[in-house]
Amino acid sequence: MKRLITLTVNDKKYEVAVEPNMTLVDLLRYELGLTGTKKGCEVGDCGSCTVIMDGNPVNSCLVLAVQANGRDILTIEGLETDEGLHPVQQAFVDKGAIQCGFCTSGMILSAKNLLDRNAKPDEAEVRMAISGNLCRCTGYQKIVEAIKSASGWREGSGKSHE
Amino acid sequence: MSEYSIINTRAPRLDAPDKATGRATFIDDLNMPGMLFGAILQSPLAHAKILNIDTSRAKKLPGVKAVVTAEEAGLVKYGVSPARYDETLYCHEKVRYVGDEIAAVAAVDLETALEAVSLIRVDYDDLPALFTIEEAMVEGAPALHEGFPQNICAEVHQEFGDVEAAFNECDLVRTDKFISKRQDAAFIEPHGCIADYDLSGHLTLHTSTQVPHYVMRTVAMVMGLPVGDVRVVKPYVGGGFGPKAEATPLEMSACILSMKTVRPVKMNYTREQVFLHSRARHQFIHTMTTGVKKDGTLMALKNECYLDGGAYTSFGIATVYYAGSLLGGPYKLPNMKYDGWRIYTNKPVCGAQRGHGGVAARAAWEHQLDIIAEELGMDPIELRLKNVMVAGDTTCNELNMSSLGMKECVEAVRQGSKWNAKRGKMPRGKGIGMACGFFVSGAGYPIYRSDTYHSTVLIKLSEDGGTVNVYTGSAEIGQGSDTTMAMIAAEALGVRLDDVRVASGDTEFGVDLGAYSSRQTLMTGHATKEAAEDVKRQVLEVLSEKLNTPVDGIDIKDGLIIFKSKDVDFSAIRARYIKEHRGWSDLPRGNDLTFREAARTAYLARGSIVGTGKYKPPELGGKYKGAAVGTSPAYGCSAQVVEVTVDMETGKITVDKMTDAHDCGFAINRTSVEGQMQGSLCMGLGEAMFEEVKFDEDGRILNANLGEYKIPTALDMPNVEAIIVESNEPNGPFGAKEVGEGAIIPTIPAILNAVYDATGVRINELPLTPERVYMALKAKVEKGDTRD
Repeated sequence: MKRLITLTVNDKKYEVAVEPNMTLVDLLRYELGLTGTKKGCEVGDCGSCTVIMDGNPVNSCLVLAVQANGRDILTIEGLETDEGLHPVQQAFVDKGAIQCGFCTSGMILSAKNLLDRNAKPDEAEVRMAISGNLCRCTGYQKIVEAIKSASGWREGSGKSHE
Repeated sequence: MSEYSIINTRAPRLDAPDKATGRATFIDDLNMPGMLFGAILQSPLAHAKILNIDTSRAKKLPGVKAVVTAEEAGLVKYGVSPARYDETLYCHEKVRYVGDEIAAVAAVDLETALEAVSLIRVDYDDLPALFTIEEAMVEGAPALHEGFPQNICAEVHQEFGDVEAAFNECDLVRTDKFISKRQDAAFIEPHGCIADYDLSGHLTLHTSTQVPHYVMRTVAMVMGLPVGDVRVVKPYVGGGFGPKAEATPLEMSACILSMKTVRPVKMNYTREQVFLHSRARHQFIHTMTTGVKKDGTLMALKNECYLDGGAYTSFGIATVYYAGSLLGGPYKLPNMKYDGWRIYTNKPVCGAQRGHGGVAARAAWEHQLDIIAEELGMDPIELRLKNVMVAGDTTCNELNMSSLGMKECVEAVRQGSKWNAKRGKMPRGKGIGMACGFFVSGAGYPIYRSDTYHSTVLIKLSEDGGTVNVYTGSAEIGQGSDTTMAMIAAEALGVRLDDVRVASGDTEFGVDLGAYSSRQTLMTGHATKEAAEDVKRQVLEVLSEKLNTPVDGIDIKDGLIIFKSKDVDFSAIRARYIKEHRGWSDLPRGNDLTFREAARTAYLARGSIVGTGKYKPPELGGKYKGAAVGTSPAYGCSAQVVEVTVDMETGKITVDKMTDAHDCGFAINRTSVEGQMQGSLCMGLGEAMFEEVKFDEDGRILNANLGEYKIPTALDMPNVEAIIVESNEPNGPFGAKEVGEGAIIPTIPAILNAVYDATGVRINELPLTPERVYMALKAKVEKGDTRD
């Protein structure tokens, strides 16, 4: 029996009827068409499906759609603004932090969430913040460099990015 | 200052913005109208006779559109090496491992398909199952495959020179055994595909593969279709590392289900099914005997290897050859004997994985060389430098090192890691170790015997002249090959990188053998360069005719036409171009004729301008049996230094620092080269430290998930000092050769050697879990060995 839920995704309000066993990642990908959120394991191990829910990074494969009722979700599609890529996205492009790209969405959201909480993280803090996001291509180094450089950008500009 | 404008820079990847914003489409992001969903029934038993398969209840389930078993799919044998086609799409007489495919279902949604799978009833009669090399090789052991006694899938016996005679001349001969474990490639995107068969008889397969060309051939053969009726299209792929380099039962199930229903069928492996399908790194058990002179001169190597292959062959014949041939270099080794056996067991099938066949062999040998250096009282680096090959050398198994910066790599890591200041001066529990390696830059021969080109590339200029379209069947799987090809095309043609667009991974674009054996930069790169030069020639010819100036007096650079002579009048070309583009805002101006105007002029004179390029390696290597495996037009090489801390109480190892120097010939994209180096070392670190696929006593995988099968996280991987060494490979496009696999080769032994330096304990078995290290430390204390 489907249930009606309302949630906000990337500043847009949705009202959807979902099966009680549907996960948030499946809702995002298959019902809302937001395929930037990836599925790598479906059991919370890999972090590819990371989204930000009410300000906290979550594995959206471990959240039921009904649990997202009334919540505010940010996915990779919600990061760009009229001014272009989010600084973390731009840093990933510039620093060569992207190879296959399958972990990238989750990785960028974990990084963005870190920088929202801690504008000047040290390398250990960066590594801790992305330790739930597995990447098999890069060895993490250029990802860490990208996140550090994005934090540098914030320092210089004094702008805040939500 | 480089003579080049585009290559050898750090240009951002073409696909990075799409991947950074979630726009890039991977296979599961695609949907088609009327699409069905497929699911596979896999064996719950490791070895059993199939007595009966009853699909009647599944077929009756509402929403089910097709159910297929061996009866419908037929029994066409396929595999990777034509010499050992030993798989059928579905099992008929028996199942050979937990996960062996028995049937597949297409239904209106995934839930229905899975329910239908659960309704298929299979009656089995248990057979004795063999899970280890020892059990499987016992005389009279039950055979997994008829005609393969003692379950020997393939064996190799090679001798170059005279090993025994050489041992007699040696001052030191020692034998060591080394055991690695079965691994998983653990790419983050599970395999997925959509097959789409239409009523005109054409089958299109969209799939997350490394090798569209080989998948096309296998699918056509198994489905009984002409190759020309099968098109394979690769969307973005979330990593492959080897196991995606062959056609899968998933792909072929989707194809047959689509052919039965004439509807698109989508199928994905779950993460558990990725482990079950496997085709990843074998377990290798090497016993090596090496002989040296007192001064460290390497004289002979006897290498004996057993590979646990799992239930079918996959890439295994190549693997068992590589486990011998890839020790021919990078040291001068006059005598080498290799005996290898790949054994069938009732476990998921092993295949190719990054550094194919060479990783465990190299770990075993470089670990042993470290022991030998110590016994000779030599610095391990000096032992290597004493023996390194140089460009122009040929190994005893006839691999020709047309370029080889091995010595330069060793010197680079010695300096980069401050080896001389650290070696022998670190406190107990801290250590530094090093190792070297080399790898092919593309397999010299295709997997099926053929005179086919390994790569063909088309470049078509857009008729307006503004865009250079590169069409290639090569596979971008994350390594950056699309960007590499764009850079090569732009450089060879003389245009800006922004002017080039790459369409890849589609069998309709031409032949390309795909992303395996680190071949694309060299092979697809050659074909791309040739196609770009062809296009350039055509444009210059037209300009020459129109402007009455000799061809060799015109060049193209950075998107502009360069005339040797100052008095060439191109005003008519410009006037016509401007006339044709009334209303446009970015009309060409300035003192130089633009490539856009020139290309437009060429189109107006000759129609669409299309250039073609092709590449096939020259005849390579020796004539002996198996000589094809290991031959390559070029070889990359690398040296690594690793520093570790070992907790002497718990056995926990922390890798503190890694220094890697890799000879990639000439770096097309410096950022991508570093990315391959860092990624390779990370995978090697995982294999050294934690990775092992484990089984229960019934042959079921115990850790078929990324929580319990541990790959490195950002907390496990240190920063790598990546040093690019450029040797200018004569057989490579612009001097380029491989980096994607060679860089993993020295990682495991460098870690093993660093652990020894830290603890005084040699560990000959992977992975280096705290438990294994702790037990080794304990054994040392019990033996009363107090050497630190």
